[in-house]
Amino acid sequence: MLSVRDLTVSFTGEEGVVCAVDRVSFDVRAGEVLSVVGESGCGKSVTAMALTRLLPPYARVTGSAVLDGVDLAAASPRTLRHVRGKDVAYVFQEPMSSLNPVFTLGRQVTEAVLAHEQVSRSTAEQRAVELLDLVGIPGARDRLRVYPHQLSGGMRQRVMIAMAVACNPRVLVADEPTTALDVTVQAGILDVLRDLRTRLGTAVVLITHDLGVVADVADRVVVMYAGRIVERGEVRELFRRPRHPYTKGLLGAVPNAEARERSGRLLEIPGLVPVLSEQPDACTFADRCPRASARCTEHEPPLENVAGHEVACWHPHTDDENATAGRPAERSSDA
Amino acid sequence: MTTGEVATPVVTTADPRQRRVARRLLKSPLAMAGFVVLSVAIVGAVFAPLIAPYGPSDANFGDAFIPPGAEGYLLGTDSLGRDMFSRILYGTRASLIVGVLSVLLALAVGVPFGLLAGYFSPIDSVVSRLTDLVLAFPFLILAVGLAAIRGASLTNAAIAIGIVQVPAMVRVTRSETLRLKGRDYVASAISDGAGDAWVLLRHILPNAISAVIVQATIAIPGAILGEAVLSFLGLGIQPPSPSLGTMLTEAQQYAAQAPWTAVLPGVAIMLLALAFNLFGDGLRDALDPKGGRR
Repeated sequence: MLSVRDLTVSFTGEEGVVCAVDRVSFDVRAGEVLSVVGESGCGKSVTAMALTRLLPPYARVTGSAVLDGVDLAAASPRTLRHVRGKDVAYVFQEPMSSLNPVFTLGRQVTEAVLAHEQVSRSTAEQRAVELLDLVGIPGARDRLRVYPHQLSGGMRQRVMIAMAVACNPRVLVADEPTTALDVTVQAGILDVLRDLRTRLGTAVVLITHDLGVVADVADRVVVMYAGRIVERGEVRELFRRPRHPYTKGLLGAVPNAEARERSGRLLEIPGLVPVLSEQPDACTFADRCPRASARCTEHEPPLENVAGHEVACWHPHTDDENATAGRPAERSSDA
Repeated sequence: MTTGEVATPVVTTADPRQRRVARRLLKSPLAMAGFVVLSVAIVGAVFAPLIAPYGPSDANFGDAFIPPGAEGYLLGTDSLGRDMFSRILYGTRASLIVGVLSVLLALAVGVPFGLLAGYFSPIDSVVSRLTDLVLAFPFLILAVGLAAIRGASLTNAAIAIGIVQVPAMVRVTRSETLRLKGRDYVASAISDGAGDAWVLLRHILPNAISAVIVQATIAIPGAILGEAVLSFLGLGIQPPSPSLGTMLTEAQQYAAQAPWTAVLPGVAIMLLALAFNLFGDGLRDALDPKGGRR
């Protein structure tokens, strides 16, 4: 339904050009949760914002993002305004500050409905109650008169989701929707997203760095590193048999009982995501990769299908390695 | 939907916003004091022809310099035997008109330009230079120039004072806009398909309004003082029409002999200005949606 091809975003700043997203391609189908994961600075959010060009004017976007036959990357500002909120809706990370403090919830949700639909105010209000109900806000009708500061973060995020789905969007982009929330509240929000997906058939693009969240709700996963997709596949398959050393590293950095029994220590990936000024013909992870060879720094690995799912790596982990070790490849101690 | 979330209790703010603001105002003694003084002044000014025992310019030479408290003249009379009480009523009327007119002018010009300047950076450089220009221009020169071109009158005094207050209004609105346009709810509205006009009018202006109101309440007493200054210098309301400023001018020769002729209009100016300030502060606190929780 949403088909992204070779999406590239670069920023021109005072210190030259920064390539934030490099030739990213993926598809999202109706009623599916696609998760985009990666650590901070790897281009997840920029990718999401680039879909409807919510980026500052100095950002350069190339490639295409086709939603139901319309290329959003080439659309006019006017078309994009109609797409935003109506076809592609966003939920952001900061529920505490994403609601206008001077208006009641009722007013804000009602306006979200009225923004793209020609209905009467009373119909819109009725719809607002249904929406608040849908996202699990108890006593929805009474809450219409409440101001944002009277709600907890979790409740506000529910309201944000209610506003996002007000016009039955085809795609809901949730950019770290649970990062600012307590773990217990997180579960509730994820329930809401899952529920909406099945009830409304909305495609959800879930951006997160939390692999627990991914395992919980995602159908398919895209792993990004330094602006590129390094691994892509169905969630169970990818979690069971990660091929890319970066994915392996991410999984190794998640605390769980098994890992604790094995070594008592969490694994980490040394170093930070590099900031790229061009699109090098090399693996961007090579600097931090325990398996890097000369080839990795000389040629960019293509995203290829390796037994089950796609990975961009010259030295992907094999099934044998995954089966025997059950843990990420050993890094040499001098790494 | 089952969640581990503890629902915040539904705080029933069942009454509309206006009533909530009114309730908060009622709880603030200072704001109420300001409100009472203002109400008295406004009622007095509006109904001056009904309340005043004499016409504001009715001279009664036999009764000059009667001290306050004398029978028939509540606040005494001035050098021409005019009733001070009647003149203060009419003078307050002139002060309020100039105060409100000039601030309305400043709001009408300053707020739109401030919003545009804060929101669109190319406009900002032009608007900011223009406000600098107005700021650099001395108030009295402007008023003298305007009086020379258009004649000295209440309207022209209000225009001169209004022009002088535009830059402050632009700056307050602009800085609020700059602050607010980076807010997440603005980003969120844009991601929801909102256009520039919608963002400015629905998200930025309502949040900037309390700062603008505060600026306006600082501006009104300033305008009242400005009117007094202009009238005192003969650039505003022309005698014999009463104005608190012209009353002061006329009183200066007799200040030693009949101090009430100078003190009473002075006190009236001060009370008016103070009342606006107190009420304005109270209003700002009451308009803040989070104000009730402090």
